[in-house]
Formats: sequence, structure tokens, C-alpha cells
Amino acid sequence: MSAIFIKTAGLGPHAFVAVALSKRALSAYRLSFGAAALAAAINSVFGLLVAWVLVRYDFAGKRVVSALVDLPFALPTAVAGIALTALYAPTGWIGAWLPVKVAFEPLGVVVALTFIGLPFVVRTIEPVLADLGTDVEEAAASLGAGRAQTVVRVVLPAILPALATGFALAFARGVGEYGSVIFIAGNLPYRSEIAPLLIVQQLEQYNYRGATAIAATMLAASFAVLLAINLLQAWDRRKMAA
Amino acid sequence: MTGSASTSEPRWLRFVLITIALAFLAVNLALPLAAVFAGALAKGLAVYRSAIVEPDARAAMRLTLTVAAIAVPLNIVFGLTASWAVTKFDFPGKSLLISLIDLPLSVSPVVSGLIYVLLFGLQGWAGPWLRDHDIRIVFAVPGIVLATTFVTFPFVARELIPLMLEQGRSDEEAARSLGASGWQTFVRVTLPNIRWGLLYGVLLCNARAMGEFGAVSVVSGHIRGLTNTLPLHIEILYNEYNYVAAFAVASLLAGLALVTLVAKSLLEWRFGDSIAGGGH
Repeated sequence: MSAIFIKTAGLGPHAFVAVALSKRALSAYRLSFGAAALAAAINSVFGLLVAWVLVRYDFAGKRVVSALVDLPFALPTAVAGIALTALYAPTGWIGAWLPVKVAFEPLGVVVALTFIGLPFVVRTIEPVLADLGTDVEEAAASLGAGRAQTVVRVVLPAILPALATGFALAFARGVGEYGSVIFIAGNLPYRSEIAPLLIVQQLEQYNYRGATAIAATMLAASFAVLLAINLLQAWDRRKMAA
Repeated sequence: MTGSASTSEPRWLRFVLITIALAFLAVNLALPLAAVFAGALAKGLAVYRSAIVEPDARAAMRLTLTVAAIAVPLNIVFGLTASWAVTKFDFPGKSLLISLIDLPLSVSPVVSGLIYVLLFGLQGWAGPWLRDHDIRIVFAVPGIVLATTFVTFPFVARELIPLMLEQGRSDEEAARSLGASGWQTFVRVTLPNIRWGLLYGVLLCNARAMGEFGAVSVVSGHIRGLTNTLPLHIEILYNEYNYVAAFAVASLLAGLALVTLVAKSLLEWRFGDSIAGGGH
């Protein structure tokens, strides 16, 4: 890991800016971080819903559904990539029904990252929700809170740190994701090209320094985001303790 | 689970929530899985069969199995050692070690592969020495094994650490006080206690080892029949517009994923208590 930063340091500021902060690289970061944030947000909503349904309700086939949630962990990313591309291509099972183009567009990146990130959110929230039990909810209800009020004021704050952690894990995975994205993205420069792909392209041209400069920028940004989320969680814990 | 009206939702709302959740999972997870098998069988069984028995596909299969056969046992040893050290002993820098274990999960696989190119590539730190001694690591099988081992390292340790923390040290202390040696304690006490959690971690580790794409893609050099793993072979076929063959090879890996999920669910169902603390 330190090899990356040492190699970057040997590059000199001008060369670094020319590669790592070029217009093409900037639009790639924007896509990688933006699509990862959007996909993590979608997964926070649906992941919370899936975790809630799995922990709190009984229904037929629950065990199969629970196993299916882990599919993105077990399915190789290249397989996921070509499958999603086939589904969302203009002639695909889903693409044919959609009014907007998804495959080979930035939206395709969001679709792939949503697939990849779901289990991170569900598996982080599930144990917290199961541990929570219903006694605090009963207490809230006996004090006259309505069901909606109980969920928003009692349950949601208790699982917020887990939700933030799940978001962070899905986001971090999404920013670096390569295999599932390159098939569906179309990889048009300035439009649907992700940052990890730029690294691979620099490597294919044997430009190791350029590849390393982009990698260092991505690593630094990822560390910054992870730090921010850690601080957020520490603040949340203080709030809970108070 | 059901409870009174004050701690649960009305029947219609429960039905709506379950329906939305299932619809999301069906579109997002089940459909892609179905698309793999549909794509593989689009031109019938004969075409499917010939895509799988073709020599390049068989070479890719052999390489993927070889890489997993080296990377998984290595990570069993590393994972066991790391979790044993972290949970049974106290030492300075312990929390740093715990965060280092998770590092490969939060770094882009492409960056993981890049690290090995920087270290062992021709222009890398060890590059000239390796060239003089005629050792090839990058763009050869050793690089693929190294990158795969790095990327799959956290899976075993992450399953074991919470489990071993929960079990505490009292069993080991009892064994030691009765005169067992350190190795005896490990083999006769610790290992049986964690065997199902270990198996669970190995399953996940193996699935990722056989399916890793980004890191392997960077270090492999894509030499057909020599340094192509199954996922890289899928990419080549797909980029040649040979979709049926790409999906046929992909269906093998999808089958592996399904076997992994079934085995994982059986473990959770049968031995839920002795793999507790797991999850992600």
C-alpha cells in the first residue's frame, strides 16, 4: 500500500496534476464516487426494508430469500456484469420495458453498484435489528406513542449507526468496483468511464506512474470518506450515551 | 414476532412491505441469476457443451482451480494465525492489526493488483533482481496466486475473530492448567470450537478466490491458455461477441455461487449457534 504513495511522491507535482487531475480523470472520479453514493443510498432504503422484513415478519420461502441476499458476495463480479448488461440492454428482459437507456450509460454503473452493495447494508442492519427486541417499542407504545412515531423516534435512531456503517461499506466497495461495471458502463471517456478503469488503461500503456497517481488519489479520497463516516458514528454514539 | 398492534404493523402494511422487498430482490438479484442460465442455453445444450469443453475454457478452469487450491489453504493458515493472535493474546498494535486485516475489503481490487505490479513488475522494486534470476511473477501464475491470496485474505479471519472473541479464553486456560501443550490446546480445544465458523469462512474465501476479476486482471497479462482464469476467459469471450460461450462459462461460476449459498445456509441453519457473531 505504501508502495503506491512512495511511487506517487517520485512523480513531481506537475506530472501528478497532469495525470491524476486531468479533465478525463476528474469526470471518472465524479462518476465513480457519485454512482457509488447513489447506489449506496438506494441500498440503504431497500436494504433497511429487506432487513426489517427478514427480522420481523414470517412468510413462505424466507430462508431462500435470506440466502439469496448473499448472492452478490458469492457471484463473481464478471458474471454479474455480463448478466446485468444482458438484462438492461435495449433488447434485454428489463431494458426493453424501460423508457430510458440504462446499459452503456452512467445509469448502468448505478445499477451494477446497487447489485454489488445490497448485502453490505442488509447484513450490517440485521443483527442490530434482531438484538433490539420489541421491549423498547412496547414501552414507547405504552407511553402513548403511535406506531409510526415509535418506528421513527425509537427504532430508527437505534439502528442509525448500523445503517451508516452499511452505507459506508457499500459505498467503499462501489467506488473501487471494477468487474461488474466495465461490461454495463459502455466506458465512454468523459461520460461513462470509471476511475478503476482509467488505472487499468494507464497500465496497459505501461504508464505505471500515471496508474499509480490515479490510484493514490482514489485511496486518499476513500480514506477521507471512511474517516468522515467514523467521525459521524462517534458523534452518534455520544448522542446515544447522553 | 407478531405481537400486539402496538409493536407490529397492520396486516395490509406487512403485506405491502414484504411485497416491495421481494419485488426488489427478484429484479435486483434473481433476474440476473436467471439471465446467466438463459444466456448460456440460448442456442441449446450442444453449443453449451462445446463452449465448456473447448481447450481454452478447460485451461482457464484448470488455472482457476489451481489458484484456489493454493490461495484458500494459505488463507486458512493466515486467518487462523491472525485470529488466534488477536483474540487469545494482548499485545501492542493489536487494533492496528485488526484494521489491517479488513484493508483488502475497502481497497479497489484494481489497486490491489497494481501493488503487485509495482513491487514485482519489470519496472518495479524487485523487478530487476527477479529478471536477473529468471523468475516471473507479474503476467504469470505466481502473480495471480499472490493477488488472489491478498484479496481473499479477510474472509476467514473476519468469520473467526468475532466467534473466538465470544468464546473467550476459559477453555484454553482450563486445557493449559490440566497440562496440555500450546499445540495440543489449539488442535484439541480451539479448533473443534471454531470448526463450523472456519468452514463458513472457507466457503466465502473460495467463492471469491475462484471469481476474483479486478486484481487478477491487472496482474495476469491475459495470455490465453496460460494466464487466463475463468472470469478473465468470460471477459475475452464477451468482448469477442461470443455471448453464448461467455454465458456458458459464466454459468459454471454461477453454479459454484449457488452451491456456496446453499452450503452457507445449511451451516447457518444446522450450526447457527457455533458460527454466531459472523455475518458482515
